[in-house]
Amino acid sequence: MFDIDRWNEIWNALAKNKVRSLLTAFGVFWGIFMLIVMAGAGKGLQNGVSEGIAKFAANSAFFWSQQTSEPYKGFKRGRYWHMDSEDLQYLKDHVPEIEYITPKNFTGRFGNSSNVIRGRKNGSFNVKGDYPDYIKIDPSTVLKGRWINDLDIRDKRKVCVIGEKVFDSMFDVNENPVGQYLKISGVYYQVVGLIRAETKINVNGRTEESISLPFTTMLQTYNMGNQVHFLAITAKSGVPVSVVEDKVKEFIKKRHSIAPTDLQALNSVNIEKEFQQMSGLFLGIQILTWIVGIGTLMAGVIGVSNIMLVIIKERTKEIGVQRAIGATPRVIIGQIMLESVVLTTVAGYIGLSMGVGLLELVNRIIESAPAQGGDRAFFAHPEVSLTVAVSALCVLVIAGLFAGMIPASRAIQIKPIEALREE
Amino acid sequence: MIQISNLHKSYAMGSNSLHVLKGLNLEIEEGEFVSIMGSSGSGKSTLLNILGILDDYDRGTYYLGGKLIQGLNETKAAMTRNEMIGFIFQSFNLISFKNAMENVALPLYYQKVSRKKRNQIALEYLDRLGLKEWAGHLPSELSGGQKQRVAIARALISKPQIILADEPTGALDSATSFEVMDILKDINNQGKTVIIVTHEHDIAAMTKKIIRLKDGVIEEVIKNGDLQLFKERILTE
Ligand SMILES: Nc1ncnc2c1ncn2[C@@H]1O[C@H](COP(=O)(O)OP(=O)(O)OP(=O)(O)O)[C@@H](O)[C@H]1O
Ligand SMILES: [Mg+2]
Repeated sequence: MFDIDRWNEIWNALAKNKVRSLLTAFGVFWGIFMLIVMAGAGKGLQNGVSEGIAKFAANSAFFWSQQTSEPYKGFKRGRYWHMDSEDLQYLKDHVPEIEYITPKNFTGRFGNSSNVIRGRKNGSFNVKGDYPDYIKIDPSTVLKGRWINDLDIRDKRKVCVIGEKVFDSMFDVNENPVGQYLKISGVYYQVVGLIRAETKINVNGRTEESISLPFTTMLQTYNMGNQVHFLAITAKSGVPVSVVEDKVKEFIKKRHSIAPTDLQALNSVNIEKEFQQMSGLFLGIQILTWIVGIGTLMAGVIGVSNIMLVIIKERTKEIGVQRAIGATPRVIIGQIMLESVVLTTVAGYIGLSMGVGLLELVNRIIESAPAQGGDRAFFAHPEVSLTVAVSALCVLVIAGLFAGMIPASRAIQIKPIEALREE
Repeated sequence: MIQISNLHKSYAMGSNSLHVLKGLNLEIEEGEFVSIMGSSGSGKSTLLNILGILDDYDRGTYYLGGKLIQGLNETKAAMTRNEMIGFIFQSFNLISFKNAMENVALPLYYQKVSRKKRNQIALEYLDRLGLKEWAGHLPSELSGGQKQRVAIARALISKPQIILADEPTGALDSATSFEVMDILKDINNQGKTVIIVTHEHDIAAMTKKIIRLKDGVIEEVIKNGDLQLFKERILTE
């Protein structure tokens, strides 16, 4: 194995026909290169998307009301309705599996007409009513100041928390927004915090373009009575969100005389389910990657097998001489297999390194690009795990062995006497 | 050393077969220097290949050093060749990308002798054949005679009892041919059995026994003492 003559022999066999060896090696190189790049890109997509939603509590679900789609108990279909604070209390009392439950309300953004004014600056932003617990479900980073707290809720304080775009258009770059006032739809609110969303899923508009008021403040100022537009819940650990989701829907529909079969009236998103669907998608991408990658690799391997066959044909005489002077079939087979494995592994290793190198380069470019809050692409850290790299190498060695098998058996089928015959 | 009785060998040629050796009997003692002669196509190479376990035969028996050589698998055959037989070919059959020393050392490589040791032994053999300075040269840089001497060194290195040579001088001019024959004579004098195939009478005349093949059997055996007679005869022919 480590005899220098053995490697000398391999080198000579391959060097005799450089162009063909290179082309063949390129086949394997390309196969593994593609495999690594695709696996890495798939992983990058997965990382990007996961990072986008991973911060969402995985055990959360969200609800909002829409027009009914079925007539029920004397109501016509197409009825407008709202959830309300009593629903909230009822759910707290009757669904013990709920961990957090927070309502969220919205005011519409009316076209482009500005609804927010500060001195000579003005802008048009989403205004939302929130509870302190909301950032436990859909986390945000507090960049300055604080998030809405219980006192804000209790006292219906006129305070607000703003997103980064709001800050950009309403404040100067070096200004500290905390403590300043914004006039929103004619009412002054004191800014108490600046936040950045950690997730990329937007509820009624991007967080960076939104202003959050204490929920109770919003109810009062906008005359919303006890309406609830949007409900976010998380399930206690160990309880599947779907169970809670089903219960919540059942109760709310019952309380608002909505047909149990009405699928439209109460809409919901279950993050757990989304995650599962996404993992299914990524599994699919992974499988596809391997199928395509291995297919390309196979083509390369067949090429290697082919070149080995030609090499053996050219070396028939030499192999005959070696056998005449005492090389056993095992020696010959070992030699050819080793040649084939070396060719595939070296080519493959280069492909592997270059694939990983490319991914690393892309990663650097992505990371050096300015990270702008919600504007980040759904693509992050393209990478191949050690397992993928190691299995790719294993595949290569095995492929090399396969590639060597046919040529090797061909070589020992040639009787020494036939190989030695003078032409 | 070699006992062959009733040896048959035919080659399949499509649907019919070509019967080359037809019940050949042959005995060669240890230390003999034998040449096999005969017209082209008489089966000289066929016989030598069977002797060298490069080919198998159809019927009869072949004992080599008291061991029946029959139906050996390729591994056994290769090992027996490696241990007992040294081959010299008409076209030298050196490995083109190995230098003289590495070529000579090759049989020891198959015996798993370490590289350092086998190269050292190879150098000794090259020295004996006056080729020490050429040890690092590739076959393409050597003359025909030098190549054949390298091939002889390769045949000798595994210390075989028998040297088989198919037309060892076939590709050499007569002066070089005689040099090679002198070397083979030396080897024979050291006690090795040497069997060569040749169609050159003066080459055959340098051996101690001539076996003439005709029609698949041995037509005539000319022993030591009769060589003078043989020489005279070929001069008149
Ligand atoms: N592998 C083979 N297949 C078919 N026929 C063969 C084969 N090898 C040899 N022959 C035939 O067998 C006969 C004997 O061949 P062989 O090579 O033994 O002759 P030879 O005495 O060595 O002749 P030369 O002096 O020309 O070398 C020839 O007719 C040859 O054509
Ligand atoms: Mg012949």
